[in-house]
Amino acid sequence: MTRSKLFAKLGLAAGGAVALALMAAPATAQRDPAYAAARADGTVGEKMDGYLGIVAEAGEQVRDMVADINIRRRAVYAERAQAEGATLEEYAFTAGCLAIARTVPGEYYQAPDGSWQQRTNAAPRRDPRCP
Amino acid sequence: MTTGKLTGPLCHAHKKRMTWGITGRMIAMAALVTGGLSGCITLEAPDKPIIIELNINITQEVIYRLAEDAGNTIDDNADIF
Repeated sequence: MTRSKLFAKLGLAAGGAVALALMAAPATAQRDPAYAAARADGTVGEKMDGYLGIVAEAGEQVRDMVADINIRRRAVYAERAQAEGATLEEYAFTAGCLAIARTVPGEYYQAPDGSWQQRTNAAPRRDPRCP
Repeated sequence: MTTGKLTGPLCHAHKKRMTWGITGRMIAMAALVTGGLSGCITLEAPDKPIIIELNINITQEVIYRLAEDAGNTIDDNADIF
């Protein structure tokens, strides 16, 4: 009796965990390891316009990866911009502001003068219009 | 605050005026002096690349309005940001 109750509880708990994992899966999709590595080693950086840029000399694989990510970013920007009644460029620029703000020390970002800067512990140099 | 926004186009416009003001007049005078012997005006390309600031028309107001949604978009698409 007690044992069966225990099993029932365990079963429920396991089922709940699986359901949670399934629900959470799309939202928590993380960076591809190759992308994470390219960010960390400074091969790629965040541009002001909301897209990923190539900072250091990169092989074909990295260039393809950057192109692919930027196509996907553009699609997301276009969809959200339309929903918000804004232009693609406005939305992308706003996302760029935020993406630069979210870089972590060591990663690269594009400063308002167009130069690549390595993020330190200090706040990044951003466009004065950035929130 | 607006310096970054305005420097580019203003400088460009200024340079353009200067070019036409001095070079243009000199070429016109030279053409008069030589009595129309040379009918060509040569325009030299600037040595520095011309940078067209496409983001110039994006206002701070719009950016602030979009910021929250853009933040959520980044969170929802963490694999590409």
